[in-house]
Amino acid sequence: MKKLLANFVLLTLIAFGSISVAQSGGELRFCLRSEPKTLNPLLAADDASETIRYMTGGVLVRVNRLTQNLEPELATSWKLTNGGKTIAFQLRDGLRFSDGTPFSADDVAYTMQQLMDPALHSPTGDAFRSAEGKVGTEVLPKNRVRITFPAPIAGLDRLFDQVAIVSAKSPQKEMAVLGPYYVAENKAGSYLILKRNPNYWEKDSSGHPLPYIESVRLDIQQNRDIEMLRLTRGEIHFINSLDAEYFDKVVSQDPSMAHDAGASLDSEQMWFNQVASSPLPSYKKAWFTSTNFRRAISEAINRDDIARIVFHGHARPAVGFVSPANKFWFNTKLQAHPFDQKSALQRLAQDGFHLQNGVLRDREGHAVEFSVITNAGNKYRERMATMIQQDLSGIGIKLNVVTLDFPSLIERITRTFDYEACLLGLVNDELDPNAQMTVWLSSADSHQWNPSQKTPATAWEAEIDKLMRAQASTLDPKKRKEDFDKVQEIAWQQEPFIYLVNKNALSAVSPAVHNAHPVVLRPQVYWNIDQLSLTSEVAKNR
Amino acid sequence: MKWARITAIVFLLTVSAACLLADFIAPAPYAHQFREEPDASPSRQHPLGTDDLGRDRFSRVLYGTRVSLLLAPAAALLSSLMAAFIGGIAGFSGGRVERWVMAGTDLFLSLPWLFLLITVRALLPLNVSPIVSVLITFAMLGCLGWAGAARIICADARALAQSDFILLARASGSNGFQLLWRHLVPNLKPVLYAQFWISVPVFILTEANLGILGLGVAEPLPSWGSLLRELEGFSAISGQAWQLVPLILFILVVSSFHLVLTKEELPV
Repeated sequence: MKKLLANFVLLTLIAFGSISVAQSGGELRFCLRSEPKTLNPLLAADDASETIRYMTGGVLVRVNRLTQNLEPELATSWKLTNGGKTIAFQLRDGLRFSDGTPFSADDVAYTMQQLMDPALHSPTGDAFRSAEGKVGTEVLPKNRVRITFPAPIAGLDRLFDQVAIVSAKSPQKEMAVLGPYYVAENKAGSYLILKRNPNYWEKDSSGHPLPYIESVRLDIQQNRDIEMLRLTRGEIHFINSLDAEYFDKVVSQDPSMAHDAGASLDSEQMWFNQVASSPLPSYKKAWFTSTNFRRAISEAINRDDIARIVFHGHARPAVGFVSPANKFWFNTKLQAHPFDQKSALQRLAQDGFHLQNGVLRDREGHAVEFSVITNAGNKYRERMATMIQQDLSGIGIKLNVVTLDFPSLIERITRTFDYEACLLGLVNDELDPNAQMTVWLSSADSHQWNPSQKTPATAWEAEIDKLMRAQASTLDPKKRKEDFDKVQEIAWQQEPFIYLVNKNALSAVSPAVHNAHPVVLRPQVYWNIDQLSLTSEVAKNR
Repeated sequence: MKWARITAIVFLLTVSAACLLADFIAPAPYAHQFREEPDASPSRQHPLGTDDLGRDRFSRVLYGTRVSLLLAPAAALLSSLMAAFIGGIAGFSGGRVERWVMAGTDLFLSLPWLFLLITVRALLPLNVSPIVSVLITFAMLGCLGWAGAARIICADARALAQSDFILLARASGSNGFQLLWRHLVPNLKPVLYAQFWISVPVFILTEANLGILGLGVAEPLPSWGSLLRELEGFSAISGQAWQLVPLILFILVVSSFHLVLTKEELPV
């Protein structure tokens, strides 16, 4: 009887194809939007190269993209000492690179030496350069390694999420990897084939070696329409980072494929030029440096409408420079600035602005008119600017929208400072506040509204400098959080950047892919690549 | 082909009249965003639906056509006059003047137009109104589009300068200006007309291309370029056939210009 029942269950499973079984094998396919500029994990900076690094590189520790917590990988444990200057890792025993070369502490030391070599110009290495001086690596007995930096680095352990360990001894050099896949074929400009790493160390709970999928094919495809078409034809298995329009198209075709993971870390924002030496008339400089003026503009913008119309509801009004998606560091006391044109006019009145025949004028009688520049060809930003144009006309302000090619725009905002306001987005991958140092320190080049200041131009910028340095120099997460919360509050009050929306992390995943749980952090869909599997039919067909 | 030319002329006149009367015909201001109705289907209130920001598409087509249809001929006139002046002088003078002027023209022709336009556009002041920006865009097109026509006019002027009736006019005591104004220019008219009519659709297309790159007419003023940008990505327009109206109108207008051109060529 039991045997009969078992056969019945088996037959039922086979008969109903929808109850498909995840199994090893098969080829996962998706598109890269550009060719990877490098396959050397230490030099990866572009999206495509980082994709390859993520899928092939073995790291000591990994930020779990779902929980945002740090988890052991090649290192079983780690310890920060010496006030955050030193980190020691205990490594797993008996691991091998994809080509069979044994993994040891020497490889970690070699990787760090390579990474910090100024001649290599590693973008990943830049994150570790907190001060002048040499980085010391020490190979210790019992498969341990200690790395010492010249100055403390807050959030040091999380930075190792980006460091793919390369072999010191392998003849294949950086092509020998410790991650779930290795690069088996690279047809320049066309595709890459990644094959399952037979020496990958991780196993699932039942002891089955990971990854499940035998190979990954990455087709280089710039055209989003073709990418969409290929997904609907079943030629590829998922699309990462979908635009709102394409996402709605997926929803209309097959809602089960569409995944909206919620607000991402990316933000869209505008800011006013506050550079003292800029070639703007003095009365405009006075407008842009006024907190009341910036707050009024912020309150006159209907962020809900932008999220609903421009992003088809797949965005949320931004609160500040930290997205609510950043679970630990986001200041939950803050709310997005409400759309309130009456309040905006009251704030402007405090600075002597007044409405005259529907036109807002300053104390000296100048009509309030300014331009906002954005990059040409980005229809979302152009739409946002056009919506802001209508919103500001509601308080008597004339906004001229100017789209410029990207090099011209960068020239204006970084060299000539010949602009009034700018609307751009920020792609953010890092959770830790230290990644924001280059924006919020008044001396930083990317302190966009008034970069590279010798001394802070305002008291609130001096306060931000102090708090950002304080959070960077302590290892106590609670203290860091307190300081960083204050920075967020000051930024919210002063609004040097007027944050508009946080776009949602949208993706489309074929039902043939099992165990896919797209998240807001990159790489959204395939963050757990070693645990993805394909339905039995797909796996067999391949 | 007479009926085709007449149809083209009637069509162009009808479209021009509709555009000129846009203030009376348009159901809504072209820039007004009906934010509760983005991407709406055609209705009595919005005959061609609304665009992605909720702006009435029919109104935008009317005003956009007005912009492109009025300013493209103006730019074509400017470039044709420049071509007539430069090409005419070069062809009539001949010799070293012609060689130098034509060398300059060839150099001008070899410039990458698009990059030049992008560069010039980027150097313009930022705080200009959309109307001024569109005037500047078409003025630039006019100033940059003379070189090809100048070569043709130069060749024609050279042939005319060596013709018997010019020789006769010289012999009868006409000075340089009289030769140029009384004899050369009237005989260059047909080719100038042809160059003018060829340039009109070229400038419309160029503005549309600039618009597709986001470098054409500034928001919220519509133009065919900005209207055609809606068609970026074929997946976005499937099931919304009314979005194709600006494209169809554009094709019809450009085709009509070519049919009108044939009429001008016949008397030559």
